[in-house]
Amino acid sequence: MLGLLWLGAFLTVAVLVTIVGYIFYKGFRLISFEFIFNEYSAAGDGGIWPMIITTLYTILISLLIATPIGILAAVYLQEYAKQGRLVRIIRFATESLTGIPSIIYGLFGAVFFVATLKFGMSIIAASLTLTIIILPVIIRTTEESLKTVPLSYREGSLALGTTKLQTLYKVILPSAMPGILSGIILSMGRIIGESAAIFLTAGTVAAMPDSIFSSARTLTVHSYLVTQESGDIELAAAIGIVLIVIILVLNLSATFISKKLNKADY
Amino acid sequence: MEMATSVIEHKETRKNTATFKNTSEKKTKISVHNLNLFYGEKQALFDVSINIKEKEVTALIGPSGCGKSTFLRTLNRMNDLIDGVNINGKIVIDGEDIYDSNDVIKLRTKVGMVFQKPNLFPMSIFDNVAYGPRMQGIKNRAELNRIVEESLRGAAIWDEVKDRLKSSALGLSGGQQQRVCIARAIAMKPDVILMDEPTSALDPISTLKVEELIAAMKNNFTIVIVTHNMQQAARVSDKTAFFLNGEIIEFDETSKIFSMPSDQRTEDYVTGRFG
Amino acid sequence: MSSLPIKKESGEIGRTNRRKYFLEKLSGRVFLFCALLSVVSLALIIGFVFYKGSHPFIAGGYSITDFLFGVDWVPSEDQFGIFPMIVASLYATIGALIIGVPIGLFTAIFLAEIAPKSIAKIISPAVQLLAGIPSVLYGVFGLAIIVPFLQDNLGLAKGQSLIAVILVLAIMMLPTIVTVAETAIRAVPKTYREGSLALGASPVGTIFKVVVPAAKSGIMTAIVLGMGRAIGETMAVILVAGNSLIIPTSLTDSIRPLTTNIALEMGYAFGTHQEMLFATGIVLFSFILILNFVLARISSKGGH
Repeated sequence: MLGLLWLGAFLTVAVLVTIVGYIFYKGFRLISFEFIFNEYSAAGDGGIWPMIITTLYTILISLLIATPIGILAAVYLQEYAKQGRLVRIIRFATESLTGIPSIIYGLFGAVFFVATLKFGMSIIAASLTLTIIILPVIIRTTEESLKTVPLSYREGSLALGTTKLQTLYKVILPSAMPGILSGIILSMGRIIGESAAIFLTAGTVAAMPDSIFSSARTLTVHSYLVTQESGDIELAAAIGIVLIVIILVLNLSATFISKKLNKADY
Repeated sequence: MEMATSVIEHKETRKNTATFKNTSEKKTKISVHNLNLFYGEKQALFDVSINIKEKEVTALIGPSGCGKSTFLRTLNRMNDLIDGVNINGKIVIDGEDIYDSNDVIKLRTKVGMVFQKPNLFPMSIFDNVAYGPRMQGIKNRAELNRIVEESLRGAAIWDEVKDRLKSSALGLSGGQQQRVCIARAIAMKPDVILMDEPTSALDPISTLKVEELIAAMKNNFTIVIVTHNMQQAARVSDKTAFFLNGEIIEFDETSKIFSMPSDQRTEDYVTGRFG
Repeated sequence: MSSLPIKKESGEIGRTNRRKYFLEKLSGRVFLFCALLSVVSLALIIGFVFYKGSHPFIAGGYSITDFLFGVDWVPSEDQFGIFPMIVASLYATIGALIIGVPIGLFTAIFLAEIAPKSIAKIISPAVQLLAGIPSVLYGVFGLAIIVPFLQDNLGLAKGQSLIAVILVLAIMMLPTIVTVAETAIRAVPKTYREGSLALGASPVGTIFKVVVPAAKSGIMTAIVLGMGRAIGETMAVILVAGNSLIIPTSLTDSIRPLTTNIALEMGYAFGTHQEMLFATGIVLFSFILILNFVLARISSKGGH
């Protein structure tokens, strides 16, 4: 039995190391300043700058919308709502959203944002779809960090004749901020990793977007398309390196922030 | 029984200091009539009636779960925060029924509170004390400086913290934190300060300092203090109310409660027979 | 100490607080509105997907039985049977679970119970990181390494196959299963272990007889989450599935699961064809709902 445990762990580590190792091995030769910062060219010698910009756009827009809504929704659930049927419905909806696969979000985005609201295949349609995808992530992480704020802070503040709103933005939210930030970082990772939903809502135009109403491709969709269309594993792997490095940086900053949280909470 | 004898000793010293004379001239600050409180179906306070005089220290004693903290928290409507709490009866402060008016902000600026455990915010000492006044809209730096200094002096902690007002309040010792909590309450210039077992988390020396502070503060404030510690009630209070199972069994001069209570249950409690 | 310097300045603080109460009420409404947006989103998603997907059956006279159990998907000839895709999705998910769950659980148990602290401290965060990398990259790896490997060693005409999908999904679900299960196992109180060890049970016996059963609900959560990831995965699967419209009869058959059918054809589908893709989405959605239901049952059982 003990042998099986060692074997299982060995397999996991070996497979995962192989994947990351392979992607770095296959892609590193393409990595250069020009690769990152040059315009795309169908000839194959171009860079991935338009995809980086598109990825940044989608992150920025969806966070801009989902962060305030998600935080305030969590505040409602944790600080304002009386437990009851309404809260149960909201929680059920939030949990259900977490479980929906991204291809369904893609379908919805395609029919709602692209067609019904007439945004067309565009960065904005994809970003709005992503907003709904990350909303439950932000709500859940914010709720979790609100739960860690001691009741005594709330009592202490309210007993001084402040309103709930004042207590919220002066005491509760600042104390919960590290947790909220790691939730935001987590959702950035989710956006970067997303492919199916973006594929169906932003389209696949491989050029620098003129505006947020342009069709464009993110890094992840790009790495899928170069693999699928031209079988260019080397290019896909090089994009993979960029993606893994971004995810690594995001994870490290989330860890750093939550460590800071623990320190501040003595 | 050791405790009982020491309580009686205290009573003797209290008699000698005779601080509770003249109390009859004092005005009633808080007057409670037939207060009943329910947590959902369960009744926690039964027909509580009491008149609390201004600029006195009134102690609430009784075994755990007897309703003394619950009662204290009705006086600044902190129980409003708990779902399912229902109250009937009347609490009149300065001639106004506090459950008639919906201005809890005004009530809580007038009736301050110090909690069982120090609950300073994760901010600097200065920001903690200035928190209440700022939330009332006071922005003037000089005025805030003045309020913070006065309040910290009022809580007898100015000298210990004046050189590190900008550092985190959570770096102070527990006893210091509790006195900054008192300063934070004083900064609102309340009439009444409620204290919910303010020394239960403190060491004996810090406890003594807080008790001295309470004694000095009663010149300016009406203080209602919940305590588990009967010696403390004997040391700091002018009047004492004994709570049992959600009722006030007896309310009288502290010296009388501890030396010749009129109710057998009070006597059993203060002599340490239960609780 | 004898006298306090504070003087009561009446009126300064006790002025009317009407504005504050107004803001208080307003903000409460705004927060409620934000919270309701997730309900609205869910309703919109379900509403739109179900409206579009049920339209051919309600208005177009198509038969649900033919849709679910038909074996031919030829949009140009108005034939929409998704049975091969349902079978492909189920086979792929079950296959991935058979490989991924034991390896993932063994790894989780190893990391939580056996591994020296110094090793676990490196591996656990690394595995967590891998749970976050885009799933497309697993597909790229599958196409570059697994597919040619199968092609060469099994003598296949085409390496893109059910087994390739199973392997990619199994690898992809590993980080999720390991991370969630490890957390659950670590949460088992030390006293359980000590009790068992004190009775003379071996360390490995203790792990399997005491610790793992105690962490059962967390482990089930890990499995269901991994399963959800496998059944919903789209782009990585397209790269290695081969996308043939047949009912797979062997591990080496090329397959087209539900998700890839949607992604492959949404780009050019219109009319009934597009609506049938939404119907495919409903079937996928139902699988996920059943999964969520199972998850809820398990976690409510665990939360005693």
